[in-house]
Amino acid sequence: MSDASGQTRLGWIETGGAWLLALLWISPLLYAFWSAFHPAEFAVNFELLAPLTLENFKTAWNQAPFARYYLNTFILVTSILIAQFVLCTLAAFAFACFEFKGRELAFALVLLQLMIMPEVLIVENYTTMSHLGLVDTISGIGLPYMASAFGIFLLRQTFKTVPKELEEAARVEGCSTMQVLWKVYVPLARPTYLAYGLVSVSYHWNNFLWPLVITNSVETRPLTVGLAIFGAPESGVQWSIITAGTLLAVAPLLIAFLLFQRQFVQSFMQAGIK
Amino acid sequence: MRNLLRRQLLAFTSAMVLALGWSGTALAAAELTMYYPVAVGGPLTKVVDDLVADFHKEHPDIKVNAIYAGNYNDARIKALAALKSGQPAQLSVMFSIDIYELIEQDAIVAFDDIVSTEEEKQWLKSFYPSLMENGMTQSKVWGIPFQRSTIVMYYNKDAFRDAGLDPEKPPQNWNELASMGKQLVKKDASGNVERWGVMIPSTGYPYWMFGALTMQNGQVLMNNSGNQTYFDSPAVVEALTFWRDLGTKQGAMPSGTIEWGTLRQNFLEGKTAIMWHSTGNLTAVKKSASFDFGVAMLPASKRRGTPTGGGNFYIFKQTTPEERKAALTFIKWMTQPERTAEWSIATGYIGTRPDAYQTTKLVNYVTQFPPAAVARDQLQFATAELSTYQTGRVRKLLDDAIQSVLTGAKSPEEALGDAQGQADRLLRRYR
Amino acid sequence: MISSSTRTQVYGWLLLTPAAILLIAFTHYPTVATLAKSFFSTGTVTRPTKFVGAENYALMVTDEVFWKVVDNNIWYAIGTIPASIAIAILMALWVNSSISARGLVRMAYFTPTVLPMIAVANVWLFFYTPDIGLIDQVLGLFGIPGHNWLGDPDTVLGCIIVMTIWKEAGFFMIFYLAALQSLPPELNEAARIEGASRWYYFRRVTFPLLMPTTLFVLINAFINSFKLVDHLFILTKGGPDNASSLLLYYIYEVAFSFFDESYAATLTVVLLGVLAIISVGQFVLLDKRIHYR
Repeated sequence: MSDASGQTRLGWIETGGAWLLALLWISPLLYAFWSAFHPAEFAVNFELLAPLTLENFKTAWNQAPFARYYLNTFILVTSILIAQFVLCTLAAFAFACFEFKGRELAFALVLLQLMIMPEVLIVENYTTMSHLGLVDTISGIGLPYMASAFGIFLLRQTFKTVPKELEEAARVEGCSTMQVLWKVYVPLARPTYLAYGLVSVSYHWNNFLWPLVITNSVETRPLTVGLAIFGAPESGVQWSIITAGTLLAVAPLLIAFLLFQRQFVQSFMQAGIK
Repeated sequence: MRNLLRRQLLAFTSAMVLALGWSGTALAAAELTMYYPVAVGGPLTKVVDDLVADFHKEHPDIKVNAIYAGNYNDARIKALAALKSGQPAQLSVMFSIDIYELIEQDAIVAFDDIVSTEEEKQWLKSFYPSLMENGMTQSKVWGIPFQRSTIVMYYNKDAFRDAGLDPEKPPQNWNELASMGKQLVKKDASGNVERWGVMIPSTGYPYWMFGALTMQNGQVLMNNSGNQTYFDSPAVVEALTFWRDLGTKQGAMPSGTIEWGTLRQNFLEGKTAIMWHSTGNLTAVKKSASFDFGVAMLPASKRRGTPTGGGNFYIFKQTTPEERKAALTFIKWMTQPERTAEWSIATGYIGTRPDAYQTTKLVNYVTQFPPAAVARDQLQFATAELSTYQTGRVRKLLDDAIQSVLTGAKSPEEALGDAQGQADRLLRRYR
Repeated sequence: MISSSTRTQVYGWLLLTPAAILLIAFTHYPTVATLAKSFFSTGTVTRPTKFVGAENYALMVTDEVFWKVVDNNIWYAIGTIPASIAIAILMALWVNSSISARGLVRMAYFTPTVLPMIAVANVWLFFYTPDIGLIDQVLGLFGIPGHNWLGDPDTVLGCIIVMTIWKEAGFFMIFYLAALQSLPPELNEAARIEGASRWYYFRRVTFPLLMPTTLFVLINAFINSFKLVDHLFILTKGGPDNASSLLLYYIYEVAFSFFDESYAATLTVVLLGVLAIISVGQFVLLDKRIHYR
């Protein structure tokens, strides 16, 4: 049942089951590769010796401004991440290290955002954005997410584990409060930042509903919205081109995931434990 | 002495400023922003850019900036948002059926209020009447047809031969559609259907396809004031019953809903011998069909019929009289017969006026490419696309009713009766 | 002289302010505003908005589509939550074992999480396409006739559920994996020595110890079952006849296709209510958790 290392050894039925499930799970991606790299006639016909082609990618690239979409998504994800780091660090620091009246209530109100995400409030947030003149802007997409309850929560947990002696030592050396934050707390929370960063980037790279609502031009649209428009033309779907476009859109994340698989998994795990 | 010099200098500079200012105004008589509902960098962008440049050569005092908004929905949203934010556009091509929404938002101005000369008034009447239907209400013209389409029947001639039917004789009426559709169904050894006879898509825009069936049965779906629908009239119920029976009773069509997005693929793969689809698919089918195919007018019941689709030119209300005149000049230029002909050939949209089809260009084109003639000849039987106040909601009511009948959840009378009741509730306040 | 306590207070609130502004602007204020807006009528330029009391709610109660959508969402939750959790546990157990190609298997399970739902929806559309789609082709190999999966109101919700389980299970697997790896290995040893079967061991030892994770995952899954609607935009647009529409999708339709802001606000209030119930439930459960810990 268990081998010497204490890990369970599975019988061949279970092993087969695990592999079959893995195959099923990866099949949509496999199909996307098949269809994108073969000419249109083979999109629905699976002949093993069919010729390979890069034509679909060329067509897809020309049919939609993917380069611009990439840029938009990159700007979006980066700006959100930086803002989140700054805002959440400050807030978490406040919650973890300062005693002030109403702290518990404030924290509870912050945690509310874990339940009531911006997606749920699309109608009202759209109205707010149009009053602020931020409809169809990248900052308009990012603003509702920049103060992230999840980030505040994670960082607060991490900051709480920092021993008080370190702070006291820094103060003795004449550090101001902000310097204490910057020199003591932030470096010690680096694993949390990394974990949270990966989670945040994944989430916002793949976010769809709110960006759909708030953008309506090429200059601001991220990849997900561009892909949705690209894949739902009025006249009909062409699988090979759509899958090529899909692969173009998911390539960066997919490649990053394949290269840094362990870090991805660790990050999500870390985030989950907390 | 110095004072005199200074006064002369002052007079001179003022005169210069005045002169420059005057000529400045004379040069930029009007600068117009136009929203256009196609994807940036798409194939149509170049065509429109060229047209705009040509216009500027002939009318150097009017400059048109085309902003590409992606699709009809985006164009409308952008236009309305721009109006609210105080940086309005002056004109736009938008969905023909947006007319009531735009009127309710007080966004557009009627062309009747802008035209003044006799020639301009005649111009308003020079388009196909069926295409004008979606642009007119309260006896005024609010939208000028520009990029319009209709539904046509594509059929697989090889499949016809295979089933023993004459490939040059597509179904002319509902009975033939049902019987020939049944004959065209091909089953394999175990009784599974390999090829269907007919496919009429019922997702995406079911109300549009249904508009064809109801017109063929002699009934329009709404009035031209945008406040009344006729969903439960007997002819409409009959049309929906026919649609459903094509699948369930006749077996010529799959029962349940038929997906819009995959229909063309199904036709090209030979999964159906006949498909009803927009004229917009013509080029794609021509390019990819590996079989002999034909295009025909939709079959008749009491008469022939098809809804129109596509976009019209609108002029916004937040404009000065000079801007309106300039916009009118542009729109008239864009819809001249020669230009309309070029546009139709380049894009596949149908010609919007009879005299366009009399230009040499289109006459030659139609001779070379008969399907273009089919779309043209069907125009006399065409009718407006479903459009009312609260148009999105009302459309969805009809879409849901159609789908509930095709999936067997409700009977046609029940579904359409419900839809009519709810539409009445929505539209009552506009009467 | 400012006392250090006052200074602490001021400092604390100051640090909190930037985040607080954004949170209030985009979470707390909209929640209240949505509630307020649900009592007014939608305004157009020619017909300005006015107070109508509970009229929107009355309309909602008689709205057939609203009840269909709520019904769908409940079945969607029932369909996705237990199944994705069960599969996630299974995946975690398998990935945690000494199976060969473990890294590949784990990658396969986790990949759906890194892909945007909207991107994969196109591929699933192909899977579900009748006749030429993958599922029908595979069925055809066995001589089973195909089916109009997305066009049949009886099967469409099931199809959406399957795709959601596919997307979610890998994500939940990670949490279980973390929990499994934090279990003391002595327990496994002890069970082995006592000759307990794996199923017994799982049921009596592992699963109860995974309870905190299960609770966490449960809450997540609940929230997601009301939040995940991306695939509808590509697969069905809520059809046929709203058979696959979900509450958030309906809200989007009402607000951005019908431009009926007040009714959308009314629907959002319902959604907020559901989420509020879930969060109350979470606090209650967490409380219990803290007590028996």
